[in-house]
Amino acid sequence: MNDPQNPKAKEPPSTDVPVEEAVAERARAAGVATQGLDWRNVILVPTLALLAGLFVGALVMVFSDPDTLRSWASLGRNPGKALSDSWTLVYEAYSALFKGSLGSPRAISETIVSATPLIFAGLAVALAFKAGLFNIGAEGQLLVGAMTSVYAGFTFDFLPGPVHVTAALIAGFLGGALWGFIPGFLKARTGAHEVIVTIMLNYIGLLFVNFLLKSEIFIRSGRTDPITKPVAESAKLPPLLGAEYRVNAGFLVALAVAGAIWWLLFRSTVGFRFRTVGTNPNAALYAGMSVGGTYILAMVLSGGLAGLAGASQLLGVQYSVFPGFSSGYGFDAIALALLGRTHPGGVVMAALLFGVLRSGATGMQAATSIPVDIIVVIQALVIVFMAAPELVRQIFRIRADKQAEQDTLSASWAT
Amino acid sequence: MKVELRGITKRFPGVIANRNVDLTLIEGEVHTLLGENGAGKSTLMNVLFGLYSATEGEILIDDSPVNFDGPNDAIAAGIGMVHQHFMLVPVFTVTENVMLGVEPTGPLGVLDRDQARKRLLDLSTKYGLEVDPDAYVEDLPVGVQQRVEILKALYRDADLLILDEPTAVLTPQETRDLFEVIKTLKASGRAIVFISHKLKEVLTISDRITVLRRGEVVGQTTPAESDEHALATMMVGREVSFEVEKTPAAPAKAMLEVNKLSVLDDRGQLAVSDVSLDVRAGEIVAIAGVQGNGQTELVEAITGMRKLAGGTVRLDGKDVTGQGPADMFHHGAAHVPEDRQKHGMVGAFPIKDNLVLNSYDEKPFASGIKVERAAVTENAQRLVKDFDIRTPSIDVHIGNLSGGNQQKAIVAREFSQAEVLLIAAQPTRGLDVGSIQYIHEQIVRKRDEGCAVLIVSSELDEVMSLGDRIAVMYRGQILDVVDRADATRDKIGLLMAGSRQKDATA
Ligand SMILES: Nc1ncnc2c1ncn2[C@@H]1O[C@H](COP(=O)(O)OP(=O)(O)OP(=O)(O)O)[C@@H](O)[C@H]1O
Ligand SMILES: [Mg+2]
Repeated sequence: MNDPQNPKAKEPPSTDVPVEEAVAERARAAGVATQGLDWRNVILVPTLALLAGLFVGALVMVFSDPDTLRSWASLGRNPGKALSDSWTLVYEAYSALFKGSLGSPRAISETIVSATPLIFAGLAVALAFKAGLFNIGAEGQLLVGAMTSVYAGFTFDFLPGPVHVTAALIAGFLGGALWGFIPGFLKARTGAHEVIVTIMLNYIGLLFVNFLLKSEIFIRSGRTDPITKPVAESAKLPPLLGAEYRVNAGFLVALAVAGAIWWLLFRSTVGFRFRTVGTNPNAALYAGMSVGGTYILAMVLSGGLAGLAGASQLLGVQYSVFPGFSSGYGFDAIALALLGRTHPGGVVMAALLFGVLRSGATGMQAATSIPVDIIVVIQALVIVFMAAPELVRQIFRIRADKQAEQDTLSASWAT
Repeated sequence: MKVELRGITKRFPGVIANRNVDLTLIEGEVHTLLGENGAGKSTLMNVLFGLYSATEGEILIDDSPVNFDGPNDAIAAGIGMVHQHFMLVPVFTVTENVMLGVEPTGPLGVLDRDQARKRLLDLSTKYGLEVDPDAYVEDLPVGVQQRVEILKALYRDADLLILDEPTAVLTPQETRDLFEVIKTLKASGRAIVFISHKLKEVLTISDRITVLRRGEVVGQTTPAESDEHALATMMVGREVSFEVEKTPAAPAKAMLEVNKLSVLDDRGQLAVSDVSLDVRAGEIVAIAGVQGNGQTELVEAITGMRKLAGGTVRLDGKDVTGQGPADMFHHGAAHVPEDRQKHGMVGAFPIKDNLVLNSYDEKPFASGIKVERAAVTENAQRLVKDFDIRTPSIDVHIGNLSGGNQQKAIVAREFSQAEVLLIAAQPTRGLDVGSIQYIHEQIVRKRDEGCAVLIVSSELDEVMSLGDRIAVMYRGQILDVVDRADATRDKIGLLMAGSRQKDATA
């Protein structure tokens, strides 16, 4: 039997090896462990997911294009043709996509214009998610926010420019916040599941807005079709690159808000509470945090952000509300919040990516007769690959430590 | 079956959890792994079970090397593991949990529950693991849940069964039952790995004991050649005293006054009825009792986590009946919760954040809504050092710490905040002997600083060595409160079993 002597150890028991030995490695460990975000999970996997999505998207294009299919049918006679036709098709489609989204100043401007409401709405979903809530209702909150914002936009025209824009943005925030408050309150008070309530509130919001569009207060004078009065000049978000391009200050506001949300989540006591309630509500209860209060606040803020998505689209691009005002931003937001790993930085990047796909899609359709819908397929594929990091790792043979994997999962929607 | 670990080294960022470990496990033998918190016992077993891949070293089964890519490979090779924290699906029945992953199916892939149920019942009678196959796991006491875990492993034909701290959450009777099961399994030719911090148990059940310290094997022995003191010394590397040194209590005014408290449990049954209890400044009151006699509910009610069905609570003379945990905290009460993973911590947060879990919005950790990160860091560095929390850095997720070190972190947080009242439920559950000694000293220190201390423990030894007064709970009532001077192990033991000397009608 071994008889260890270690007379130097006294109270409290000493910590030597392996801790001491590991001092040099501490910084690295800290970097890896802080938020469970190592570069592999944050950059590499999404990038590869994108590539995999584009690849499978290419296959879909090939197999949905009649001409290319025909050359595949005659594969036996002319094998080279099938391959080269497919290559041409895919190459042309993706280069048109690229040109249409990043190939010219106008294209870039359009990409940013598409991305702006997506940033706000994505932040909305991500913020709620951090507090353990699935806000499926960004679309409804966005529409309600757009309505309150347009009201402020055409009513308070006595205000000077900057003040008026700000007021209209705030009005949008408040409208969305109100629409977010309802599910938050119901969840806190009665335990009603927010997913169901927010889905229902999407319908209610949409129909309510359609109703308001025809009402005296909102309808544009001299029109019978449902379209609101335009916002006053002073309520418009100023263009960033001159009147020629649609890109406007809304984008800067979105970036600033993303920064603010990051701060709120990771540097403030509010975020600490959100994240605690979101990851372990039992511990939150033990620590004396009001779980219900947190749900309400998170939904109010989340709804407000979705409202800002509506307001930014209104005040920067559309200037009035009409049926079909939102082309599904609130729903794309759910997907891109997942893609951005519910981190504000990730959301901004994911929104820009979606912006690229959205604005490039139009160019692609014009150039190659490939329908815009293919973009929806690609978006969906990217998300599938993102949601299954294990799949991406298998495909690209990335070795991951089991622990890192657990971090990925627990940081994602799986929890 | 013979399983050999050769030269196993496992590194995590910043930590070497196992260093060049050799271990041989043979059939018909109970092999105990002993070691301080964070010594690497669970990690080593997770390597064997295929959950982690070893940085270096190899595993041989019956002399041929194997390579596990995941637990499924290990299970296929006949290895079963019952984890420190159970991995059952609460809303499934016992049968469903046991068959999960290896479901027998009939034609058309329909689940054949009956077949699974029958097999389960066979195993259950064969090894004396009594359990109702149709009960929902969430309704079962921990001791029975553990049986389900063992059955799960047996159902998969485990020849080697790893039990990671199985007794930490068991009552003495449940432990005795478990030991019977272990003996049967041993007799049936299985190899058992047993992990525990309770040296008495280790000496009772083991055939061979391997001691790990800081990831390395420091010795091997058998119960015959060893005793508690020798084991403790070997583990910790210094003399450990099992006695708690303390002067007689100097109780002052009552800080906590609980009057006729009644509390319902989660199922709406009366778990605590009409309990009255005082804890005075400068004394330690220990609540003894077999788990599940209302202690949990009593503590949760006092600390504001659970609604009261009746009665009052006063803290430092103020009526705090029905106030929430945050109010209690502001009045200077601190609480080490019984279930550390559920209530005490957020596994995915760094240690430093967990150390301010209930004071994050107070000075100096916050000004306005801004978190003062420097203060949070400084607090964490201090507590990690003072309480000897073994971690490579304060930024590591607390969920990655060893079980004992998680507990130390929670104890550190609460002890540093207790001003008026300290309530600690099972404060040393899962801790090694050295850490227990340290935490006991801290509890006594809190008392001597003038705190009122209320301890809940199902360890008779702990109750006897800490309590100035000992209250025994049985079926939701306090049977008696005994002064330490008048308390004997027998007397408390009898009370814990429900016999009340004075009036026999409970
Ligand atoms: N997934 C992980 N990531 C990083 N470090 C880890 C991880 N798992 C364990 N460790 C570290 O490895 C060391 C050994 O931990 P392990 O859980 O094996 O200890 P243990 O002997 O089981 O302790 P206890 O008795 O407290 O359960 C500890 O320092 C722990 O912090
Ligand atoms: Mg362990």
